[in-house]
Amino acid sequence: MSAKGLVASLAIGMIASMATAEPVKVGMITTLSGGGASLGIAVRDGFMLAVKQAGNPDLEVVIEDDQRKPDIAVQLADRMIQSEKVDILTGIIWSNLAMAVIPAATGQGKFYLSPNAGPSALAGKGCSPLYFNVAWQNDNLHEAAGAYSSNAGYKNSFILAPNYPAGQDALAGYKRTYKGDIAGELFTKLGQTDYAAELAQIRASDADSVFFFLPGGMGISFLKQYADSGIGLPVVGPAFSFDQDILQAMGDAALGVHNTSQWNKDLDNPANAAFVEAFVAEYGRLPSLYASQGYDTANLILSAMAKADVKDADAFRAALEAAEFDSVRGDFEFGPNHHPVQDIYVREVIKEGDVLTNRIVGTALEDHADAYVSDCKM
Amino acid sequence: MTTILLIEQILNGLQFGVMLFLTAAGLTLVFGVMGLINLAHGSLFMIGAFAAAAVAGATGSFLLASAASIAAAAAAGAVVEIAVIRRLYGRDHLDQVLATFALILIFSEGTRWLFGSSPLFLDVPSWLSGPVTLPGGILYPLYRLVLIAVGLVIAAGLFLLISRTRLGVRIRAGEADREMIAALGVDISKLYTVVFALGAALAGLAGALVGAIQSVQVGMGEPVLILAFVVIVIGGIGSIKGALVGAILVGLTDTLGGVLLPELFRLFMDNAAATATGSALATMLIYILMAVVLILRPTGLYGERA
Repeated sequence: MSAKGLVASLAIGMIASMATAEPVKVGMITTLSGGGASLGIAVRDGFMLAVKQAGNPDLEVVIEDDQRKPDIAVQLADRMIQSEKVDILTGIIWSNLAMAVIPAATGQGKFYLSPNAGPSALAGKGCSPLYFNVAWQNDNLHEAAGAYSSNAGYKNSFILAPNYPAGQDALAGYKRTYKGDIAGELFTKLGQTDYAAELAQIRASDADSVFFFLPGGMGISFLKQYADSGIGLPVVGPAFSFDQDILQAMGDAALGVHNTSQWNKDLDNPANAAFVEAFVAEYGRLPSLYASQGYDTANLILSAMAKADVKDADAFRAALEAAEFDSVRGDFEFGPNHHPVQDIYVREVIKEGDVLTNRIVGTALEDHADAYVSDCKM
Repeated sequence: MTTILLIEQILNGLQFGVMLFLTAAGLTLVFGVMGLINLAHGSLFMIGAFAAAAVAGATGSFLLASAASIAAAAAAGAVVEIAVIRRLYGRDHLDQVLATFALILIFSEGTRWLFGSSPLFLDVPSWLSGPVTLPGGILYPLYRLVLIAVGLVIAAGLFLLISRTRLGVRIRAGEADREMIAALGVDISKLYTVVFALGAALAGLAGALVGAIQSVQVGMGEPVLILAFVVIVIGGIGSIKGALVGAILVGLTDTLGGVLLPELFRLFMDNAAATATGSALATMLIYILMAVVLILRPTGLYGERA
């Protein structure tokens, strides 16, 4: 099978007013084909929008498609480090690919800035001075969902997730902050699309609410079948299943669902308003959560480039840690393990005209860090 | 576990099995009659779902969308047979696997190029949505009942087609001895195109029917393909009856296993461990079923050739 490659080099001559002389080369390895491509495309589009807006000739970006396969991601990372001589790696969407690439990349002295995947192994004991997560630690949005359910007064949640590490983390994250009882707990198959058996069990339980983490097409299938089953209990989930790029496929079945996210397009700050407007103008669609994470990642790199030379690793790391950029989520800073400390909001799925989207209805957790930060020694 | 829940789960298993049958029937025909392993069968399932979503989006009619799924998948099947598959009948299975795997990539990226990478919307029509109450107080989604009925009607139609019509006679003859029926003056290449298009049409319809309750997205056919191969291995290659029995066995095993095994482990384990162990074992169950069937009957339940 031939790896499809796409190289975008940006060397547009504009006013060179930056303090640093050394150009920075960023290698982006993300998922651009196959089942999970919409996430990688969103991260890439958000990232490249920020790069284009900055017009900084000292920033060069190389983009490659990992096809959601760990072996291909590892090969691409090796090539980028050995022959392309990149300074910074970024882009990976999936935790299993992140685990295959990130420890090796930081081990070879390269910075890694994750725009999405945040496996717990890299937040605690496996943390690295060169690894930053710009999105969240994997458990964060589930912890926020558990906090929201408690606040909403739910006493007996039925919870389900796919049977793989991120799914197990999701249920653990929910239970960490949820104070009520668990009416039932199910692990489904990864990639499962028919939830008739699970829905019958939910109906037979005496649950008062349903929490699920089913990323991508799994979530679409579940919610459509849930709506058709007539069960009608309130549904809570992380933003992943209710994000802009998949909501239209769910249709009205998603209306009114509460979900947790560190970002939404109606977050009231100037950077976000400018981002949403520029994204729509550039790509002709509303930005997703993943696009916002890509955009923030690029702006973080640009902010560090303005302050330090990438060849001076200590200075550049200090500039990244300072995170002095206008994040589209407003409040943002790094904790000591280089994972975000940020507010996580509750969103509700609504309809604007005939477009399904989200609006923020409250805050689930304020200045929230992750559960692994105390295990990180660096 | 109450009786009502058990009956509901049996219906769920039956519905899953019947949809698997629609996908596996075409695969087993092509495999049995032409000796061709077609990995791109799941792509035809996807083409049906995308065609249905596009037509439903444009016209709002679910019946037109279903018709479009059959037409689009049959047309794609015929074109692929004439352009690619025809050259592969004489080659060994490895060549067929390689070429049809390439077709998966071409179809997936082609669909993405046409429709974009976000999933499409296709919903159950309002006149088929919502639950109905069955005798005994079982609340069951109407659409799933309709799926069971449609699948069984198509299965019956396929039996009649194979056993009672001239086309069916030729298909069975082609399965037995392709040189002989060619020598008897049957246009074998046209027959193969028709069989391939028929199998594609069934897969396309299954894609549209299932797409309405699941997600219509690139790559949706691949998990289905694996199960469809399991079904024809269990049922016996080339046997429509085997595909039906195999599909229903797999559907029931998958559904009931996923429900009952965690319950069973809860009797002597704590909830979290029982859930994890039970789900993991339930995932393996259909492959264990396949292994058992192959040990007892190496050619599958209704298979004739070794």
